[in-house]
Amino acid sequence: MNARVIASGVHQSAIHDSAARHVQGSALYIDDMKEPEGLLHGWVILSDRAHARILMLDLSSVEAAEGVVCVMTARDIPGLNDAGPIMKGEVLLADQIVEHEGQAIAIIAARSFAQARDAAKLVRVTYEDLPAYLTIEAALQAERFVVAPLHMQRGDAARAIAEAPHCLSGETSAGGQDHFYLETQIAVATPQENGEMHIFSSTQHPTEVQHIAARLLARPYAAITVEVRRMGGAFGGKESHASLIAGMAALLAARCGEPVKLRLSRDVDMLLTGKRHDTLARFSVGFDDAGRILGLDMMIALRAGHVADLSGPVLTRALCHVDNVYWLPNVKVSGYACKTNTVSNTAFRGFGGPQGMFAIEAVIVRIAERLGLSSEAVRQINHYGPGQDTTPYGQSIGENNTPRLLEELKTAADIARRRGEIAQFNASHPYIKKALVTYAVKFGISFNLPSLNQAGALLHVYTDGSVHLNHGGTEMGQGLYVKVAQIVASCFQIEREHVHISSTRTDKIPNTSATAASSGSDINGMAAKAAADIIKSRMAAIAAAKFGGAADDVVFSGGYVYLGNRSISFPDLAQLCWAERVSLSATGYYRTPDIHFDQASMTGSPFYYFSYGACATEAAIDILTGENRILRVDIIHDTGASLNPAVDIGQIEGGFVQGQGWMTMEELVWDQAGRLRTHAPSTYKIPTSRDVPPIFNTHLLADAPNAKPTIFRSKAIGEPPFTLAISCFLAIQEAVAAAAGWPAALTLCAPATPEAILRALGGGKEGSAFCEQKAAKKLF
Amino acid sequence: MKKSPVSMTINGQPVEELVEPRTLLIHFLREQLNLTGAHIGCETSHCGACTIDLDGKSVKSCTIFTLQAEGAHIRTIEGMAAADGTLHALQEAFREKHGLQCGYCTPGMILRAWRLLQENPDPTDAEIRFGIAGNLCRCTGYQNIVAAIKHAAILMAGAQQKEAAE
Repeated sequence: MNARVIASGVHQSAIHDSAARHVQGSALYIDDMKEPEGLLHGWVILSDRAHARILMLDLSSVEAAEGVVCVMTARDIPGLNDAGPIMKGEVLLADQIVEHEGQAIAIIAARSFAQARDAAKLVRVTYEDLPAYLTIEAALQAERFVVAPLHMQRGDAARAIAEAPHCLSGETSAGGQDHFYLETQIAVATPQENGEMHIFSSTQHPTEVQHIAARLLARPYAAITVEVRRMGGAFGGKESHASLIAGMAALLAARCGEPVKLRLSRDVDMLLTGKRHDTLARFSVGFDDAGRILGLDMMIALRAGHVADLSGPVLTRALCHVDNVYWLPNVKVSGYACKTNTVSNTAFRGFGGPQGMFAIEAVIVRIAERLGLSSEAVRQINHYGPGQDTTPYGQSIGENNTPRLLEELKTAADIARRRGEIAQFNASHPYIKKALVTYAVKFGISFNLPSLNQAGALLHVYTDGSVHLNHGGTEMGQGLYVKVAQIVASCFQIEREHVHISSTRTDKIPNTSATAASSGSDINGMAAKAAADIIKSRMAAIAAAKFGGAADDVVFSGGYVYLGNRSISFPDLAQLCWAERVSLSATGYYRTPDIHFDQASMTGSPFYYFSYGACATEAAIDILTGENRILRVDIIHDTGASLNPAVDIGQIEGGFVQGQGWMTMEELVWDQAGRLRTHAPSTYKIPTSRDVPPIFNTHLLADAPNAKPTIFRSKAIGEPPFTLAISCFLAIQEAVAAAAGWPAALTLCAPATPEAILRALGGGKEGSAFCEQKAAKKLF
Repeated sequence: MKKSPVSMTINGQPVEELVEPRTLLIHFLREQLNLTGAHIGCETSHCGACTIDLDGKSVKSCTIFTLQAEGAHIRTIEGMAAADGTLHALQEAFREKHGLQCGYCTPGMILRAWRLLQENPDPTDAEIRFGIAGNLCRCTGYQNIVAAIKHAAILMAGAQQKEAAE
């Protein structure tokens, strides 16, 4: 038998499927598509109050404006005014009451984008302001929650804390984060005959867009088709909130009987759609002389915004990640999703996990400060280990790659030598202080809710041997399409150029889950493999009949199909199957095995496996200005047997930098009236090429195939590396400690902006010598 | 609104059109000429997704009126590849070195990188990072973008040497 294997299958660093078109500007996003005849352009009129009753809404001037074709409010919705992804009653358009600044109160369709935008300015609204709850603290005090509080418990935390040699209490907080996908939210809805609707939507969740559009239009799901070829970034922001934009476009299109494009301007996008949940955590912890955590009682509160949206599941994942890589023998974690009069926060890479993982680090550094130990020593002594390897929710962590990652990191990052250099530097430099931290993460893979862990794929083999591939996952730049194409190429043993990738559509794969929770390649890859295996078994039977032998002995390899010493090319066999009247089309289906979770008791094994990573991060601060730099980062990440090392390294680098933004510079500011003051890149700063670490080394953990039988033994990659960037905050905090001592450093909260660093240097007050000096001169 | 005539050269081709005075260059390119490679990201000059090259400068086409480009020589991503479809060294390098993920920033990033390499054919990493800081990418963390630009600089220098030798 010929042992040729294909060169473009799994485990190869295949180039992104659209790369050649992206570099020529010919990969089409929705706004690039040729506009159909008669296309109308949408715009959204937003509330400018945080919480108010609408006394009068006068749209007559809007309706009369040049080019305006229709204006719709809540009363014009033919179906239910409900865009809730999980809970019912989350209105698409405000009806009498507005609950956040930036909430949609009316939608417009006009002949041109400029006409729609100009007409929106003519709206006249009279409001009666109502009391607004703007902060986590205010909502906690008023006990305003969007879902019932969650409690996770193991052992007796209160008793363990009371009996521990040491105990302390503390508090920390982390800010929210705008997704800032470069392509703002967009949809084009086109009415079809018989009341049907086709929607191009920049969405991670075509099925949910389908369901919500159907609900708004009072049509069955089957009457709505949603399609997405690619998104210009998403990061969770286009999971549930894409359906708002698509729903509005569909309503306008149905009303006008014309296709409608709704593309949000950046400002409207940032006002109307949700962000990462900001977080407040409070805790009491009992520990021994070595810093071992004996009991932990923690409260985590998230700012949910005005409705539940995905906040319940986000909170669940936050609670499931408080442990990170640490053994917590007695633990109680309570979670609160606070209802505030701010935009509904939503999914964002990590989905609550980063918030939980951030909170436990505040516990670690406080223990270290109290005992006079290094934070690294306290991290180390609390790591999961043999016999201490069960999470607070009762799942065994299985293979534990943390020790290996940290050991390899020591050499890769040259840690001992650099620590010495940093100590010398800090002793000699008057106003720059540096710090280096090592940090390990563990991230649970699977949707927390077991029923979401399912996927479908559709494969056609044509008689020339080319393959049409479709699955339920969406492409947002993460390389899912190319990974699944590599999987199909490997299954059929044909080069990937023969596998044709097609847009994700609800009429091809029904009832899908969002492309989220890092699960895209795990579940869609398995579904595609299942479809390929079905077709292969049919083709093998035909080959066996032709050559005389058993179908089980047929081998697909290097573009040929072999039985003993006889062979046939893949295209010829496809042609032969057709002639023999055998179907070359199949659907594949996958559901993740062995997972279960009881939401009431917050126990179970919700994750099929865990992904691990470790990094060494060096930061510097300027104690005069508070400015910070991340100087060097070394990462080793566990991707199992990577499906595509280049794509995975890109995910690690990009995820880390996005996390760096969350931890060090991206700051959402609301004023006292609940108005978001940072709704454009002029005031909301994401990392640029000058902000990222100039030395940035990323390695994949070698020879570490997934212990679980995942798709070709790979591991998920989307979210876990984001959490590594918590190390940026930890390194800056240690640098503050080097400058002003640990008590001052413990007052630092995220994001560690220059202002926050200056405040911390002054012990949490606006009290650093530098601040006082500036204040005296009234410089700010 | 009354339209005014405007003429310019785009990717080597003369263009004569009528536009409303308020039409921004990005809308003229995308909607009137169907050159959709330059993207709209923020409409306020911050993100760089709309970057084009205009009379020897990188320009964010979302904050310039079309009429201001009267008589200008403009290059967009559609004009980077050779007439026979051969990719420019920068395009090849961004593709080969995985200098993109979602791709939305890519056309603007390549146009900016092209001007940078015209001004400084052999930039250091730090010079590249400084030179492209006006173009945001939310996906890659910039590592592979910097690598792609460095690689392109080498390819372009090699091509120039070859040309000189011939």
